[in-house]
Amino acid sequence: MRFFATIKIALRALRRNKLRTVLTMLGIIIGVGAVIITVGIGNGAKAQIEAQIASLGQNVILIFSGNVTRSGINTGWGSAGTLTVEDVEAIRREIDSITLISPEIRQIGQVGAGNQNWSTQLLGEAPDYFEIRQWRLADGALFTEQDVRSANKVCVVGKTVAAQLFGGESPVGQIIRVKNVPFIIVGTLLPKGLSVMGTDQDDVVIMPYTSAMKRVMGVTTLRGINVQAASERQLAETQRQLTDLLRQRHRIQPGRDDDFNVRNQQEIAEAATATSKIMAVFLSIVAGVSLVVGGIGIMNIMLVSVTERTREIGIRMAVGARGRDILLQFLTEAITLSSLGGLLGIALGLGGSKILSTTQGWPTLTSTSSIVMAFLFSAGVGVFFGFYPARKASLLDPIDALRYE
Amino acid sequence: MNAVIQLEDIHKTYQTGEVEVKAVRGVSLQLVPGEFVAIMGASGSGKSTLMNILGCLDRPTRGRYLLDGVDVSGLGRDELADIRNQKLGFVFQGFNLLSRTSARENVELPMLYSRRALSSREQHERAGRALDLVGLAERADHHPNQLSGGQQQRVAIARALANQPALLLADEPTGNLDSQTSIEIMGVFQKLNEQGITVVMITHELDIARFTKRNLVMRDGRVVSDVPVEKRLNAEVELRALRESQAAVKLVP
Ligand SMILES: Nc1ncnc2c1ncn2[C@@H]1O[C@H](COP(=O)(O)OP(=O)(O)O)[C@@H](O)[C@H]1O
Ligand SMILES: [Mg+2]
Repeated sequence: MRFFATIKIALRALRRNKLRTVLTMLGIIIGVGAVIITVGIGNGAKAQIEAQIASLGQNVILIFSGNVTRSGINTGWGSAGTLTVEDVEAIRREIDSITLISPEIRQIGQVGAGNQNWSTQLLGEAPDYFEIRQWRLADGALFTEQDVRSANKVCVVGKTVAAQLFGGESPVGQIIRVKNVPFIIVGTLLPKGLSVMGTDQDDVVIMPYTSAMKRVMGVTTLRGINVQAASERQLAETQRQLTDLLRQRHRIQPGRDDDFNVRNQQEIAEAATATSKIMAVFLSIVAGVSLVVGGIGIMNIMLVSVTERTREIGIRMAVGARGRDILLQFLTEAITLSSLGGLLGIALGLGGSKILSTTQGWPTLTSTSSIVMAFLFSAGVGVFFGFYPARKASLLDPIDALRYE
Repeated sequence: MNAVIQLEDIHKTYQTGEVEVKAVRGVSLQLVPGEFVAIMGASGSGKSTLMNILGCLDRPTRGRYLLDGVDVSGLGRDELADIRNQKLGFVFQGFNLLSRTSARENVELPMLYSRRALSSREQHERAGRALDLVGLAERADHHPNQLSGGQQQRVAIARALANQPALLLADEPTGNLDSQTSIEIMGVFQKLNEQGITVVMITHELDIARFTKRNLVMRDGRVVSDVPVEKRLNAEVELRALRESQAAVKLVP
């Protein structure tokens, strides 16, 4: 029998029982809709994280001081001050593939201007830091190498701090009290938004690391070092050289753990996306289960349909339909049912994603491949769950079927 | 002339649980093209069982069945389906039309399963011709529930003719119809038979059997009588006579 005739028969049978058809498809519609929405949310979140990773800069390697695991206790990145300014000097001297480097110390601290007070992230960096992170000025100027050498009391502030302390006014040239030490604001930074960890990156005051160490925090060791490698190709090699150099300088015996931690951007990205991957797997399982439930619904209805239409099957066989023709007819019906459900589910999913992104501001990103996958999957559900009822129909005996009341 | 149907010692035994029912016990029969046969007999005498075997809907337990010289008693399900589709037309007592499907589409049904694909225009035309042949051309788009019993049976006959078979089989085709409609249906069969189609039908009504050319009587699964019909009735003549007597009592204007 011809393909189009089969489709026509299937569609007519489905039209005949509109309510039942719609109810049967509901499982698939919801399943596919859920897949489209969850994949959309997952992709959207992934894209957002990728954008945030990219905001770290390019070919960036981060060195954290600490990671003391000898006693079995990890004290956390940057907790033990094992890195020094001398380490930075040595790296600058000995590793050629490094183009930019900035020592880093950080602390949460109170800042104030006039009668305004604000608790913020205090960062001590070298001027290279802004280049590494590709962080541009909104207004004013950056501090200079000279400021670093002289430990001048100058700083640049992020957008949030500027807004909190100065409202709409330009803070450039104004005085800011950093833990009660007066600094001059030389520049303000363009906004960078949320970090991978979800913190506000613009809630920050950045000053020369020397000023931070001597004038504000009174420390002699670093929390970390930001490094930029010349190219992506050299990332791994540079990472190895950094490790070797620092182990040598810190006199760490072979077999002992590092007292610092070297991570490149990719590794940080992976850590950040790990949870969203687990979430994606979980959601796919949920979506898969709902598709299977939808499939069982289709199977159930097809079995009912075969029983109801036993006489029709008998008539078709009596006028010369082979078992295969009957199999194809019912299989087509099941596939039409599930594919139609799939299409409606895709429409539901796209609509739902749109609503979520406009009303909730969730970054959803639906890809063509996920739509195609969802459609093929729903058609597959029809084949899988429609086969048994269709086969049952095709094996009926014509006389028994004709006699069926 | 070569036999269109040749049965050699056909047996059919049904096995229902522990009881064996010998529905047909040794029927041998020969039919040549152009015959018009009525099979008669009491209820349970095995008529339908024999007809199902003739119609390739069922297989004999024992014996040989040659259809157009081909032994079909050993064929598989698919091959039997093809024979039903190409060589046979089957008409049932209960019409067995697909409901909510127009008369024309019902007639097109066998063409749908034809191994030789027809264009939908060809199917349409053929169905139209078959309906014309049974006098229902103007009802082609009606659904079975919009048609009378006689009209439904005509649609069923048109469907049986769809693939232009040489053999038309009918199991009590007038069983559900009143006497006038029954005569009309017999008129259709007579017309088709005159055009060369071999017709085999089951009936338990003696008057109906007299429209055919040869009468078989079955009892307990055997053919006990096989006689040609003398003083054969003509459906057109009978219908005219019927109308005249109806007019006499003012049943019809
Ligand atoms: N599928 C079946 N299973 C068991 N017995 C059957 C079956 N079909 C018919 N019979 C039996 O076979 C005998 C002949 O039946 P059938 O051919 O239908 O008779 P008829 O058509 O002459 O009334 C009956 O006794 C009937 O009960
Ligand atoms: Mg019978």
